[in-house]
Amino acid sequence: MFARVVWLVLRKDLMVEVRSLEIAYTTLFFAVSCVLVFAFALVQEGQPPVDGAAGILWISIAFAGTLALGRAFERERQSETLRALLLAPAARPAVYVGKLLGIITLLVAGEIVLVPLVALLFQAPLLSRPIWLAVILLSGTIGFSAVGTLFAAMLVRARSRDVLLPVLLYPITVPVIIAGVRATAALLQPDVDAEILRFWLSLLVCFDIVFVTLALWTFESLMTD
Amino acid sequence: MIGVDFDDLTVDEVSRHFGRRRALSRVTFRATRGTLLGLLGTNGAGKSTLLAMLAMLLRPSAGRIRYGAFDSTTPEPSLRASVGVLGHDLFLYPELTASENLEFFAGLYAVNDPSAAAAHALELAGLADRANDTVSSFSRGMRQRVALERALIHRPRLLLLDEPFTGLDDGSGAALAARLRTLRESGSIIVLATHDLDLVEGLLDRAIFLRDGRMMDVVDRPDGLRSMYRDIMSRGRESSGGEKRG
Amino acid sequence: MPTWFTPATALCGLMFAVSPFLIANAPYESTMGLVQKIFYVHLPSAWMFLIAAIVCGVASVRFLFRGDARHDRLAWAAAELVVLFGIVTLVTGPLWARKAWGVWWQWDVRLTASLIGWMVSVAYLLLRKYGGPGSDKLAAGLALFGMANVPFIYISVNYWRTIHPTTSVVPTLPTSFGLPLWFSTVTFLLLFVLLLRARVRLEEQRAQLDSLYLSADA
Repeated sequence: MFARVVWLVLRKDLMVEVRSLEIAYTTLFFAVSCVLVFAFALVQEGQPPVDGAAGILWISIAFAGTLALGRAFERERQSETLRALLLAPAARPAVYVGKLLGIITLLVAGEIVLVPLVALLFQAPLLSRPIWLAVILLSGTIGFSAVGTLFAAMLVRARSRDVLLPVLLYPITVPVIIAGVRATAALLQPDVDAEILRFWLSLLVCFDIVFVTLALWTFESLMTD
Repeated sequence: MIGVDFDDLTVDEVSRHFGRRRALSRVTFRATRGTLLGLLGTNGAGKSTLLAMLAMLLRPSAGRIRYGAFDSTTPEPSLRASVGVLGHDLFLYPELTASENLEFFAGLYAVNDPSAAAAHALELAGLADRANDTVSSFSRGMRQRVALERALIHRPRLLLLDEPFTGLDDGSGAALAARLRTLRESGSIIVLATHDLDLVEGLLDRAIFLRDGRMMDVVDRPDGLRSMYRDIMSRGRESSGGEKRG
Repeated sequence: MPTWFTPATALCGLMFAVSPFLIANAPYESTMGLVQKIFYVHLPSAWMFLIAAIVCGVASVRFLFRGDARHDRLAWAAAELVVLFGIVTLVTGPLWARKAWGVWWQWDVRLTASLIGWMVSVAYLLLRKYGGPGSDKLAAGLALFGMANVPFIYISVNYWRTIHPTTSVVPTLPTSFGLPLWFSTVTFLLLFVLLLRARVRLEEQRAQLDSLYLSADA
């Protein structure tokens, strides 16, 4: 039952997105502009800052992710379809997981485009160890999206929701940013310090487990009046 | 019927306030199977708030709502499976087609064979030929018909409708009224909120008149709704409070 | 207000008036000299910052799962005190650091983690002020997440720092400054309790006013 509801919600979200591709195109373009702004701001005399690529990548993902979250839930608000999802006998946590997976899919799709772009513009060997990078990006994305999906959902009926989402989201996801950037930067070194990489990766995974659990636990009470 | 079943709906001294604003004040009524109950009142009278509470989206500040033996405060997901809601905002995804919308909600409500149920529902709505068109291309009346089918696809015992006649032309309005009669005959409990008195003339088994969150009157088998409404709503403007009967 | 409130306020005021003398007469710290004395304000306010955060977190969790409005009022009042004592801590810390080590900010673990915690409580207040109806529950959710985040913030900031080339000297707790430190701590604690009580009282009165309005309407 749980898995079925998750699959239904995820499939519905992907179908809706594929029809218009609105969120995909706009947030991707936004992320690219972000990267360019950073390039103009930070590259001096053709030299990008040392380790800059890692930071810029993650910041762009965070900004674009916040935008995507806002838009995704704005869509649910328009026809009050989030209400319809809550009316169904489906378990509320299942609805949350379904929406979470949809957001993660969207962000990962964006990252696939962003990583080569950042690698190119900042001459950073991001693609030299692709599997490690994929694991780091995925666990960071899961953590960011877990908190973001919950906050965006709970803010759907609140006033000032557009500005409140980043205000609430960024302080809570600081560990994700720190761990993600440091792990990516460690990957960019010629000799990878496996010790450091393992540490940051396990922090990310811990964060994911703790916060997905917390979100599942509190989703029901946060969404009822 | 997928969820738990019940024979009656009891609303017992239910109140709801938001901060210091009282949205509903001590509403009490009971409806058994095969009843079409109307909530009549102006905008802001509390109709939507009451419907939200009946749909278990909102909790009462005071009082209880009982579905047969089940209380709304004990979380019972299968109770939600017995309630269908046609909201003012229709709850349809504009980017999806009519059949995709219906199949999604059928799946969500664990209906057997969602695609067959969706196809059947579209036939009932008279929109089988538009099954593969996106909802955004539909007129308001057509969307209303799809939304009604969406609310009914899991064959709920309790059907809640918020201003269902909005945007419907005479033909569609009459069709909706006929559909509601059929549902009543088959034993559903229907609660309908509207300020459109002409269209529900002769349709209601019981009318509850709301003003400023208060029940002004309850009338069984109401007749001549317009004049009744005028009388009841102007009551109590000189004196304080209203009477309850019925 | 309870009967102990006014005498306690008087006592608190007295203690604040007396404390500069105690601090001035405290033993001089050999390496840092006069500047170190700001420590008597910095440390107690850091502790109050921490206590307020814990109160806010616990009250929020209880409110989220029980729905009792008293816990919500306590959580809100505690959050305001987190911001207040946080400001004192985050201002006195750099003031001390500047004089002691020549830099305003050194990404010291505790200071950085405190800054992030402080930002979460500011976010809490913004949510309550601008979130509209229902924001009491949402803020409680935020507080819960903020509390759960504390170990992660601490670990990540700590490890993040050690890779940085800068070194920082974070002083260990001086052990020989007994009386002035305890006096300051008790004074701040009394202030904390008084402010909390007053703020909760304000919310209680608002709630009473709301219910009076409601009953007048019935």
